[in-house]
Amino acid sequence: MGKNLAAKTAFIVGVLLVFVFGFIGIPHGGLKQSILRHINLGLDLKGGTHLVLEVHVAEAVTSTTDRDVARIEADLQKAGITGASVGKTDPANPETIVVTGIPPTKLSDARGVFTGNDYSTYDVSTDAAGNSRLTMKPSAVAELKTRTLNTSIDTIRERIDKLGVAEPTIQKYGLGDNEILVELPGIDNPSEVEDVIQSTAKLSIHAVVGGPYATDADALQANNGIIPADSMLVHGVGSAGMPDQVWLLKRVSEVEGTDFRDAQPSTDQNGRPNIHFNLTTEAGDRFYKYTSTHSKSSSTPGSMAIVLDNKVREVAGIDGAIRDSGEITGGFTKQQASDLSLMLRTGALPASISYLETRTVGPSLGAASIHQGIVAAIAGMLAVMIFMLVYYRGAGINADLALILNLVILLGFMGFAGATLTLPGIAGVILTIGMGVDSNVLIFERIREELRAGKSTPVAVQQGFAHAWTTIFDTHVTTIVSAAILFLFGSGPVQGFAVTLVFGLLANLFTAVYVSRVIFDAILAKKERGATLSI
Amino acid sequence: MEFFRTTNIDWLGKKWYFLGFSLIFSIAGILSMAFWHHIPLGVDFKGGTQIRVDFNQMPNEEHVRHAMDKAGVRDFTIQRVSDPSGHAANKVIISLPESTATDTAHDAGRQSVERALSSNYHDSGFNIEQVQIVGPTAGKQLQKQAIYATLYSLLGMLIYLWFRFELIYGVAAVVAVFHDTLITVGAFSLTNQEITLTVIAAILTLIGYSMNDTIVVFDRIRENLALSRREALADVVNRSINQTLSRTVISSGLTFLTVLCLYLFGGEVLHGFSFALVVGILIGTYSSIAVAAPMLVAYQEWRTKRGKTASLPAGKRAKA
Repeated sequence: MGKNLAAKTAFIVGVLLVFVFGFIGIPHGGLKQSILRHINLGLDLKGGTHLVLEVHVAEAVTSTTDRDVARIEADLQKAGITGASVGKTDPANPETIVVTGIPPTKLSDARGVFTGNDYSTYDVSTDAAGNSRLTMKPSAVAELKTRTLNTSIDTIRERIDKLGVAEPTIQKYGLGDNEILVELPGIDNPSEVEDVIQSTAKLSIHAVVGGPYATDADALQANNGIIPADSMLVHGVGSAGMPDQVWLLKRVSEVEGTDFRDAQPSTDQNGRPNIHFNLTTEAGDRFYKYTSTHSKSSSTPGSMAIVLDNKVREVAGIDGAIRDSGEITGGFTKQQASDLSLMLRTGALPASISYLETRTVGPSLGAASIHQGIVAAIAGMLAVMIFMLVYYRGAGINADLALILNLVILLGFMGFAGATLTLPGIAGVILTIGMGVDSNVLIFERIREELRAGKSTPVAVQQGFAHAWTTIFDTHVTTIVSAAILFLFGSGPVQGFAVTLVFGLLANLFTAVYVSRVIFDAILAKKERGATLSI
Repeated sequence: MEFFRTTNIDWLGKKWYFLGFSLIFSIAGILSMAFWHHIPLGVDFKGGTQIRVDFNQMPNEEHVRHAMDKAGVRDFTIQRVSDPSGHAANKVIISLPESTATDTAHDAGRQSVERALSSNYHDSGFNIEQVQIVGPTAGKQLQKQAIYATLYSLLGMLIYLWFRFELIYGVAAVVAVFHDTLITVGAFSLTNQEITLTVIAAILTLIGYSMNDTIVVFDRIRENLALSRREALADVVNRSINQTLSRTVISSGLTFLTVLCLYLFGGEVLHGFSFALVVGILIGTYSSIAVAAPMLVAYQEWRTKRGKTASLPAGKRAKA
């Protein structure tokens, strides 16, 4: 064996060892355990729940501009500009705030307010009549949506961690910027977690403008047919056990989810479950200002509504100024009070959430799938290997060795990359066996052809590899293109399939082309000059 | 051992038979898609709730139906699961329409089925093995994604072949692959099997695989064209097909063998997936010989008739 050949053999053995290490590691505790430590099984194999959630990120834009409407009003006042009306006129464009009625003499002052640092996320335009439009910059909208999605992911992760699910996956999903994938191994009853996730717990406290009214129509009538732009109608109950009613509430909340520092389930003086909360200092100051100016003893007494997920849960008069701690009595059950406290503690979701997909697989089906997948893989592999031996004799051994190495590299790749093996992924492994051996067939057929054309064995081998290479390259590229598209568009299990297929084919380029060649060279080097090749 | 030592089949002489064969299967599929079973969409695309229940004993379908009726569950369908050998397993799939899986009350359908079975089905215990709930938004989105993925895949192939060969090679290959996709989807419609996400994955794989086969033949055509420019194109194509026939049959045969193992032993969950591959590999192999190659010849004949240069471009490079 030549020096060159020895080096190549050593290289192949090295690669083999590295990739065996990739999926087995340093074996301890049995082969099966060792493999399971390195290869991640997908939920369809180990059982669990897979959820796809949509975060309504546009809501965050609406609530941000709502808040900014209030800020602009205050800032204009501070700048001594009175008589201006600030609002959002077009519900289809929640990112645009329109300011009208600025006195002509104050136009430049107003301009100064809008172009100040506080509103740098807005594009400002002013028409001839002096009306200004503040439109949130597209980059700011995009950033806000991304931030909303990320906050939602963090919040959901915190909630799920508190439930004690082992190794959950919570991540951005899909091509859009508004979907979250949640994978919960070992959970096969989705309703357990759905309650906790779905309660968006969008909790806020709003000032009551009017109501209660029996129906929306009554509410409209009482307000001369127009709902003021800064207000909204919200359904709900004033206290536990009351019928559904409608309130007219200030659109901008006094306190909302992110303002809560802590919340604990507790009971009120009558023993009913309620929630005791603490606000952040900043929110406490704000809440104090509001409650002190609207308490019973003040000149403008009012009441506040506690709104949870767009439903009024409780309407209460303001007994006195509240700074940073208080109680919510919303006719909760003990469970609800404790769930809601959990959510307030972990922070509320910045936008509401809806479900797109729920898939659960029980552990028994997963185990059966693994078993069937392995049986199919072994059967397919044996069939192919035996055929290659019979049809190509000596060269069949070569192909079979390459095939085994191909699988080892594939599994090693999976281990190193931390890729997930799914049931379609196992199918991808099986398909790799069939498609991988195609490269060997192409090469062997070409060698046979060259031999038939009367070329000597070493030349035929050399030519066979050279000619087949173009074809092998093209065929691999096309399959990898379709697998890559599959990966981009697919979801969990399908992506697992694309991953094994791509890894398998990449490994195949090495094994079928390089390793097979080295084996042939080794055989030829040993043989007498002019001896025939078993192919 | 060798199956095809020196084959000398006039493939192009049989092109009318091929055309007839392809037309029969394509049209049967299209008719079934239009008038008979349509395209049977799985829960992934149609939306709704699908629940796989494993009973401890062979379930009585009527009793299951009754249990659901009694609990007021509406519009459900019950489908028996059978293992690959055709024996009925102790499992049924209960499907509920899309209206049970709204984006807000997602889990309601599953809960109602579980409640109905546990309170009204007394024959044996049961275990819910798998639940798939796809809301209406997701269903539409997944449909769109599947169609885009397939189209992008075809487009990607076209561009790659254009780059590596010539545009007409790409067009011929894409037509052949489209033909395979159509017949495979037609087979799902004819046998009324549901198309799920994994089936789409199988179809995309087929696009890649069928393209493989076509490329092997095209590569040889390109090589032979570069060698003998004066030979009639039809003869070159015939010779190229015959030269690669052994590889085509062995390779496809082996892939078919592995896919067949998957179909037989891979379990019911992968049934649709392996069915698509079984059908697709047969059709894909056939089409690279019977659809793609004759299209090249037909294109050249058409060009000759219009008085253009008679020779088919041999491609940008004969060797990589």
